[in-house]
Amino acid sequence: METFLQFLFSGLTVGAVYAIVALGFTIIYNASDVINFAQGEFVMLGGMCTVFFSLWGLPLPVAAVAAVIVTSLIGVALNKLAIEPARGANVVTLIIITIGASIFLRGLAQVVFDKQFHRLPSFSGDAPIDVLGATLTPQSLWVMGGAAVIVVVLWYFFTRTTFGKSILATSHNRLAARLVGINVELVLLTSFALSAAIGALAGILVTPITLTSFDAGTMLALKGFAAAILGGMGNPLGAVVGGLLVGIAEAMGAGYLSSEYKDAVAFVIILGVLFVLPSGLFGRRGTERV
Amino acid sequence: MSAWLMQPRTGGLLLLAAVMVAIYLAAPNNFYLDVAIQIGLNAMVVVGLNLLIGYAGQISLGHAGFFGLGAYASAVLPVHLGVPPLAAPFVGMLVVGLLAFLVARPVLRLKGHYLAMATLGLGLLVFMLLTNESQFTGGPDGMAVERLRIFGERISGKDWWYLITCVMLLLSVWLTLNLIDSPTGRALRALHDSQIAAQVAGVDVARFKVIAFVYSAMLASLAGSMSALYSGFVTPDKAGFLHSIELVIMVVLGGMGSTFGGIIGAAVLTSLPQFLTVFAEYEHMILGAILMAVMIFLRRGLLPAILDALRRRRLS
Amino acid sequence: MSLMTFLKATAATSALVAVAAFATGLTAGEAAAQIRIGSVLSITGPASFLGDPEDKTLRMYVDRINAEGGVNGEQLELIVYDSEGDANKARTLATRLIEDDEIVAMVGGSTTGTTMAMVPLFEDAEIPFISLAGGIVIIEPVNPFVFKTPHTDRMACEKVFEDMQARGLSRVGLISGTGGFGKSMRGQCLNVAEAYGIEIVADETYGPRDTDMTPQLTNIRNAQGLQAVLNPGFGQGPAIVTKNFAQLGIEVPLYQSHGVASKSFIELAGAAAEGVRLPASALLVANQLPDDDPQKQVVVDYKTAFEAEWNRPVSTFGGHAYDGLMILVDAMRRAGSADPVAIRDAIEETTGFMGTAGEVNMSPDDHMGLDLTAFRMLEIRDGDWTIVQ
Repeated sequence: METFLQFLFSGLTVGAVYAIVALGFTIIYNASDVINFAQGEFVMLGGMCTVFFSLWGLPLPVAAVAAVIVTSLIGVALNKLAIEPARGANVVTLIIITIGASIFLRGLAQVVFDKQFHRLPSFSGDAPIDVLGATLTPQSLWVMGGAAVIVVVLWYFFTRTTFGKSILATSHNRLAARLVGINVELVLLTSFALSAAIGALAGILVTPITLTSFDAGTMLALKGFAAAILGGMGNPLGAVVGGLLVGIAEAMGAGYLSSEYKDAVAFVIILGVLFVLPSGLFGRRGTERV
Repeated sequence: MSAWLMQPRTGGLLLLAAVMVAIYLAAPNNFYLDVAIQIGLNAMVVVGLNLLIGYAGQISLGHAGFFGLGAYASAVLPVHLGVPPLAAPFVGMLVVGLLAFLVARPVLRLKGHYLAMATLGLGLLVFMLLTNESQFTGGPDGMAVERLRIFGERISGKDWWYLITCVMLLLSVWLTLNLIDSPTGRALRALHDSQIAAQVAGVDVARFKVIAFVYSAMLASLAGSMSALYSGFVTPDKAGFLHSIELVIMVVLGGMGSTFGGIIGAAVLTSLPQFLTVFAEYEHMILGAILMAVMIFLRRGLLPAILDALRRRRLS
Repeated sequence: MSLMTFLKATAATSALVAVAAFATGLTAGEAAAQIRIGSVLSITGPASFLGDPEDKTLRMYVDRINAEGGVNGEQLELIVYDSEGDANKARTLATRLIEDDEIVAMVGGSTTGTTMAMVPLFEDAEIPFISLAGGIVIIEPVNPFVFKTPHTDRMACEKVFEDMQARGLSRVGLISGTGGFGKSMRGQCLNVAEAYGIEIVADETYGPRDTDMTPQLTNIRNAQGLQAVLNPGFGQGPAIVTKNFAQLGIEVPLYQSHGVASKSFIELAGAAAEGVRLPASALLVANQLPDDDPQKQVVVDYKTAFEAEWNRPVSTFGGHAYDGLMILVDAMRRAGSADPVAIRDAIEETTGFMGTAGEVNMSPDDHMGLDLTAFRMLEIRDGDWTIVQ
């Protein structure tokens, strides 16, 4: 039982990060139909900026806030400089633009920062907490709690505020949204900023556990994308469930099956789900327009 | 005869062959031939993948998996199963073709990003298999491949491999162009425009998607085998996610739906890192910026953009 | 589209590609009154913590050697390319060094994978290649043109097991990275375990980018009669393993490999690193060596020079590059020539060379020339290395 619980904690911590990355994919996808493969770089930037801002003398909380702001600005710049000019391009072309952006950001981080691994101190110590025989670090609680807060705030924003609702409306029908007077440019800009900001937040929360480096984003983008697809692209609930499922599948796979094939476990599950439900667990089942 | 020559297809093939000869004559040393051979091998994969992406409209982020399987076929089969080295690439190609055929129907039922995810997952499974089964594959550090012998002669020189690569690339292009020009190819083009419209018009959509998928997988496998035999070793990296992405970028960069464009895409993306070595640390930033710029400003790809520019100049 | 437009277009593009392709040739066309040595390193990518200090070391010492008058009256020219840890890139870049840059010798190859990909090229071209990677396959069987400077992974296993034996520990759990380094060392450890009376009671792995190893460590903790844990691997993985190990409160000694022998490991793992042991070269404990230690001079000099120039703590990996370059320069001086085959012969005759990894005595059957005494067993105490007596 405690062994199972230990695997579960591991899966939930890792899964919470995947969930936030998947949410980042979802927000941008809903606003612009773009799959943003630079999403993992937002997470990397959150962690790396915090590390270096504090090395350059800022107190840690200030460094963290500054990192979130800088990353959001980079998200906005990505939209303005790369996505908007390519509006109307083929889906595959757009994917390659975001891959180009991800290579660019990784290169930038390597030049501005460095190529080493870095850590941040845990927010509230390293003394493990004992839960029914399994142990949990306080930082894991920060990660899971942070993810939960992000989900609740996003839910409130998208369903209870006028501006949030106008973003949702745009995702359903851009032309109609424009007709009812929604500023579509502002919606796009907000989506990229928001997506970059939560990515950066995830990066800051998780760096004390996972460490970070300029190329930490690639794997996260891959897993986050897998999670978003598993849940059904475009569905925020699906993104969260998908993220947690992928994380838990990996931990259980490593614990009970084979640590060499733990990533395979997650992908086999995703393939299995897609063969049965071609739009993921909670995806829209629409008909194609001719 | 002259009518045959005037077909763009034949003209293109002849021009491609001429470029190949010119590169061989102009190459100052073997390093240039080495890069040219790698361009040729990548181009073989891209030509097939272009049929799938550009004509059938189906994205695949897992074709490096097929490339890797082909590469390991020529490495593993002779050592562990006693298959003659010369036959191994073809055995590998058949096995990969069969595998692709088996997964094609369930995978190609998926659309857009879901298809991307499924092919990505398949590629990753191949990658993990090659990395973890080290008793056969040598693990992450890879394994050596026996050099190919024809009539007892060791085929290891760059000249030989340049010739083999050129011939195989020309053959692949010729075969692909014929496929595109056949009724199947026309159906495929219809497919890219609109699946449902094609279906309504009586095209067996699923069948043609499967053909394109299997064909491109087999071509990737063959190129993989050749690459392994040429370099004398294989590593799982060649089956990895990043290589899959590179292949798709080559297709899109050159121009989706343009067979010769794909070759240009392969040439540019394969040789670009060699130029960028002078920028040292800035290499990745510049590579990323070039990718973004080309895709934003020439979103249909290099070859179509160049053709447009030429046509406009002639009109003015 | 008419045939003509098509032909023009294809011609234009291919001309463009061709021109671009040959433009690179121009950069390499300078006067050859210099001795050219080449290097392919994993400066970026997952093994950048190897390639980065190696690159810095080579550049720094080539400048110094040139400032002091060069080798045999000629200046050295160093050409470094970044393989990003990718074996296929490494191979192309090695072709470039051999064919286009026309180097006389190579010091490089940060990882075993990239090294093995390049070996056949140097063998065919008959150019000496001093590798900086650990895998034993590089020198076993001996390849006439291939040498290496670091200790092998088998020696690391032997050193660790020797120490376990002395402490009376025999039931060992393995947790290895699935990268080339971890996988290769795991294999070597399994091979030599029996000779030291070690029983492997758990055998787990983790991927190169994994961020949480508690499931694997939980399984190891649950193994019957566990007495010690060994973690072959490099990069950020071992730091995470060390932290997870502390989180789970596993009470047995933890051993790391020489793959984490740099100060950054202690920084990354933090307090969890206390008490961790690992085999490493004397370089990490340069200032703690007794004054009569024959290695003291070399390691203190290198450490001081590197830290003054780059303002960051020295790692053993940069030391491997130092050893490789110095062995090469020494061989070129003894050979009195820059002919690749003459250099190769001289490298093979290297004896009594004192490097950061230990005393090097090469022979036709031994292209590394190090023995177990060159390894020190270190323990991390109060956030610093100490020598286990």
